[in-house]
Amino acid sequence: EFRRFSLERSKPGKFEEFYGLLQHVHKIPNVDVLVGYTDVHGDLLPINNDDNYHKAVSTANPLLRIFIQRKEDADYSAFGTDTMTRKKNVLSNVLRPDNHKKKPHIVISMPQDFRPVSSIIDVDILPETHRRVRLYKYGTDKPLGFYIRDGSSVRVTPHGLEKVPGIFISRLVPGGLAQSTGLLAVNDEVLEVNGIEVSGKSLDQVTDMMIANSRNLIITVRPANQRNNVVRNSRTSGSSGQSTESSLPSSTPNLLGSLLQGEEESDEEDIIIEDSGEPQQIPKAAPTSESIESLSQIELLHESTQNGFLPSSEMNSNHSAGSISMEYDVPDPGRKSLEEDGTIITL
Amino acid sequence: QLVFISVPQCPWNTLLIMIFLSLCQTVEHGFPHQPSALGYSPFLRLMAIGTRSGAIKLYGAPGVEFMGLHEENNTVMQIHFIPDQCQLVTLLDDNSLHLWSLKQHGGASELREEHRFTLKGPPGSPPSATQITAVLPHSSREVLYLGTESGNIFVVELPSFRVLEDRTISSEAVLQRVLEDNCNRRSCELVEALREHPKNPDQILIGYSRGLIVLWDLQNNKVTHHFLGSQQLENLYWQRDGSKFISCHYDGSYTRWPVSSDNRQPEPLENTVPYGPFPCKAISKIYWQTTKNGLPYIIFQGGMPRASYGDRHSISVIHGSQQTAFDFTSRVIDFFIIFSSEPAAEFDDPSAMVVLAEEELVVIDLKTAGWPAVHPPYLASLHCSAITCSHHVSNIPLKLWERIISAGSKQNVHYSSMPWPIDGGTNIAPDPPQRDLLLTGHEDGTVRFWDASGVCLHLLYKLSTVRVFLTDADPNDNMNTLGEDEWPPLRKVGTFDPYSDDPRLGIQKIYLCKYSGYLAVAGTAGQVLVMELNDEDAEHVVDHAEADLLQDQEGYRWKGHEKLKTRDGPVRFEAGFQPFVLVQCQPPAVVTSLALHSEWKLVAFGTSHGFGLFDHQQKRLVFVKCTLHPSDQLALEGPLSRVKSLKKSLRQSFRRIRRSRVSSRKRRGGSGNASEVQEANAKFDQDTLQEMELAPVQRKIEARSAEDSFTGFVRTLYFADTFLRDSSRHCPSLWAGTNGGTVYAFCLRVPPAERRMDEPVRAEQAKEIQLMHRAPVVGILVLDGRSTPLPEPLEVAHDLSKSPDMQGSHQLLVVSEEQFKVFTLPKVSSKLKLKLTALEGCRVRKVTVANFGSCKTDDYSENDLAVLTNLGDIQIISLPFLKLQIRYPCIRKEDVSGIASCVFTKYGQGFYLISPSEFERFSLSTKWLVEPRCIVEMPEATTNNHVHSKSAVENAARKS
Repeated sequence: EFRRFSLERSKPGKFEEFYGLLQHVHKIPNVDVLVGYTDVHGDLLPINNDDNYHKAVSTANPLLRIFIQRKEDADYSAFGTDTMTRKKNVLSNVLRPDNHKKKPHIVISMPQDFRPVSSIIDVDILPETHRRVRLYKYGTDKPLGFYIRDGSSVRVTPHGLEKVPGIFISRLVPGGLAQSTGLLAVNDEVLEVNGIEVSGKSLDQVTDMMIANSRNLIITVRPANQRNNVVRNSRTSGSSGQSTESSLPSSTPNLLGSLLQGEEESDEEDIIIEDSGEPQQIPKAAPTSESIESLSQIELLHESTQNGFLPSSEMNSNHSAGSISMEYDVPDPGRKSLEEDGTIITL
Repeated sequence: QLVFISVPQCPWNTLLIMIFLSLCQTVEHGFPHQPSALGYSPFLRLMAIGTRSGAIKLYGAPGVEFMGLHEENNTVMQIHFIPDQCQLVTLLDDNSLHLWSLKQHGGASELREEHRFTLKGPPGSPPSATQITAVLPHSSREVLYLGTESGNIFVVELPSFRVLEDRTISSEAVLQRVLEDNCNRRSCELVEALREHPKNPDQILIGYSRGLIVLWDLQNNKVTHHFLGSQQLENLYWQRDGSKFISCHYDGSYTRWPVSSDNRQPEPLENTVPYGPFPCKAISKIYWQTTKNGLPYIIFQGGMPRASYGDRHSISVIHGSQQTAFDFTSRVIDFFIIFSSEPAAEFDDPSAMVVLAEEELVVIDLKTAGWPAVHPPYLASLHCSAITCSHHVSNIPLKLWERIISAGSKQNVHYSSMPWPIDGGTNIAPDPPQRDLLLTGHEDGTVRFWDASGVCLHLLYKLSTVRVFLTDADPNDNMNTLGEDEWPPLRKVGTFDPYSDDPRLGIQKIYLCKYSGYLAVAGTAGQVLVMELNDEDAEHVVDHAEADLLQDQEGYRWKGHEKLKTRDGPVRFEAGFQPFVLVQCQPPAVVTSLALHSEWKLVAFGTSHGFGLFDHQQKRLVFVKCTLHPSDQLALEGPLSRVKSLKKSLRQSFRRIRRSRVSSRKRRGGSGNASEVQEANAKFDQDTLQEMELAPVQRKIEARSAEDSFTGFVRTLYFADTFLRDSSRHCPSLWAGTNGGTVYAFCLRVPPAERRMDEPVRAEQAKEIQLMHRAPVVGILVLDGRSTPLPEPLEVAHDLSKSPDMQGSHQLLVVSEEQFKVFTLPKVSSKLKLKLTALEGCRVRKVTVANFGSCKTDDYSENDLAVLTNLGDIQIISLPFLKLQIRYPCIRKEDVSGIASCVFTKYGQGFYLISPSEFERFSLSTKWLVEPRCIVEMPEATTNNHVHSKSAVENAARKS
């Protein structure tokens, strides 16, 4: 069915209102739908928040073509045609070894539905030769899947070139998180772990630090293969978070530290089981900032479900992640999206 | 060495830290590792021991101790005290000489190195020309005579070590005077011994290794006598009056020679092979001691028949018809005899023999019939059986202290009552502030109680748990039972016995309640013994219970060792701690945690499979909890890795060999003695190490998972009276922490005292906390309403602690290897945390609450956490705010066994093993310091007498 209506370009309003308007004009008040539009390149892009709604409205020339699909039978792959065809091969190979099955549906929806598994961060403040990679272990069953070793690297010092001991990635486990991200490689030199320099620390110390931070591991490496580095001042790179600035302090652990403060609190919440009841997260005794709290709640639920924290009586042999999460009664309707199949997307 | 850490909002400033804290390594307890040399000064009555790592330690009266370390860390080969001086000279294996002296400084004596010196030959000479083999400090105190491999004897001045070249006694000069056909140049190679004439300081006896002995006149630079021994020389000894000397030889013989003025080349008076006629091993040192009754003491090291007893480490004492060959379990390094040092005395009258063996010090009383051993007040062989665990109890009530001493004294009846003969120096350290006990658990199933209050770690009492069990070894098998006409008359002495007949007997955990005298001891095969102190011998049945920690988990097979078999019927126990309850865990895995609550009469124990609670009043198992993950096969099969079990089986086979040797003692021609076993073990260790080094060193980075092995391993158990269910009622509780980061809390119902025997103790699980970082939980602690740690059981009842604050809300502190976390109680919410590993890369190895008093005022003290990390650092963390106060580097991070052995005391001190046989004591507190402080003074009067008499002799000699 086609409907045609007008909007005030200068005051498009909120996405929620627009969504209500769509349901109203189509007379489908209780049906969940996916909303998309075609941009100037002809790609189908989603409208699911205020930002991309405003963007869509601004691209109307003067007509804005909007596509509405019922959520349950939506053809997700239609979105972002070009981008998707480029990414699909990589992603489906990595994430779905069994890709002879039906083509995976990748949901592009509200941000909380995404679960990052890795990212390159702080590109703007690191030297070009370095890469800071964040691995999000929580919410996935994948092992981190890498090994480190002792080695030596050559540094430029006031006395000339000097061989100094260093820590290197020695092996990536096939199918592990580290390998699947493609951001770490064998022989990359590890420079920092969660903002703390590893120089002067032993292999065992670095191992302990990485394991202690394994739920939210941030490793700064000097990649062995420098050809794939982010080239600054160029918009053609495929990496996200790039910056046009090229000369900045080489390492800013303080910045990283402050960045982590908020998130770190959320990265691990302990579980309490009272009187053999249901496992619950241990709350904070002192209230903290609400936004962080709510964000962490969501991540945490993933942690608890994915890692199977259940009373041992319920621990059968092989729970799939999904079946566990179904056993949780999530009271807040806003978190319903947690019950998805746990598809992993590399942002 | 201080590392200050800037901590924002730190409740202490650095000044305060200086008042409360400082790390001092104060004293080493135990027996020096790898001793290599022994020296004794009859003048100072001090003994010196040198080690292979270049340490030199002086011991006198109990509490009088000095330690020095040669910078080079080379083996100390010889130690010689300068006669009548507070000085000594050491010879290292790099041929360097070092002069040490004891000087008073700030009211106490200190050992300091004064000079060092290396003898240099003329350019182009071989190194053997100056390789020192014998050292003689002359009684004039001015010169040292240095015998060398080349046969030349160099003279150096003291204390400058200036070589007096014109006084060198060259081998050529000696040869010129010995105009004999059967003497050639080679007779004068290698000086084996140098001995000054006991009455005439102008004559020295020179023994060359090929058997030639000459008496050299220092005044006239000539040989006055020469003696032709046919055998390779080992050592020389002057008789007291200087009329005869005795030489001992490589073939196991000794020879007495007369020194008379008329005969320039005397014939031997007597040539004996004491353990002949079959070939014997060398006699390496000999004493000939005169007595009033005319019968001399002949004391010599070695000389055993080569074929059958060549592997024995023996020292023989012959006095008239009495002859005993003291048989040591480790190599004899050296020995000396304590005898009358009064120059005027006519006879030696030996009183004691002091033997330094590789693993222990043995002192034999030569005055008492039967020559019993003397119980040493220090230098205890901590490792006589390998130490498997230690436990420290501070501030022992006097009553318990006396009862332990009295139990110990009943065990020590076979020791001599002689006062300790090495009694030089004066201990001026203040009396220890309190009575402290250090308990060590050993591989052979014994627990040793040490007086750890002061500088001398002294054995008070030894407890054996072996009696409760049926083992292969018969505890009554006495290795000293000798036949009447056994030859040689060997007698085993010393306590060093590193062989445990059954490794399952090993002690793993100890808990002593100092108020009630209850002791709980747990071992390698899942055995838990609860004991009570009894002042009398008693015979009784030990109640026996089994705790099946796997409960209804089916289909598992334990592949580790079997449980220990118990003795049926009543068992006789000597006075002391006597077991009355035995709980055996099933599977019989090693007990990894233990807690005893003497007020509630409960004992809790944990293994890699789970934990249990036993009511030792009603002798009833209250409950067990399995903590094992269903897929954890490794924990079930037993913890031994392949390498380890291989090593074990090798050791066991050697043990078997040894046992069969002991039982058939008369059999001739032995092989596989103790040192060979040790060598084989060392070689095996080395091989496996090399094997391991070949593999590339890499570490797997993986988040911990619930499926990891040994997550169920119970690391810590803790009793607390706290608010578990609601904030209105507190109740007894038991807390357990596992390797997988889980904390279990059980609510206990203990019947009141009057119905204690009638109603059962009940337990119900109340809480389970799962730490998301899943690191092993190594400590659990409840803080009361004032944020003070809960007192120990019975502490309040004995008026030694304030009763805990039950008004304010309690807090739970959980210490994992990686983090410290504080939770509220009874509703668990997280309050505070301190991450250690994520930020510093170190892990918690040991943690304890330590009470620090100020060194300035008496009335203020504070509780903090003392933490030892896997890097060997000690960190002090404040309570209850978890702020890192200070960090001290303490133990080398490579010293894994040192870190594993560390035990903290309640008042900020600690001990760790620096070798299998030595504890280093350290102190974090500025208030409590236990360190040696002593004075060694020159016994002036004696010195004058001595010099006087010497010069008189000299004059007399000149006149003659």
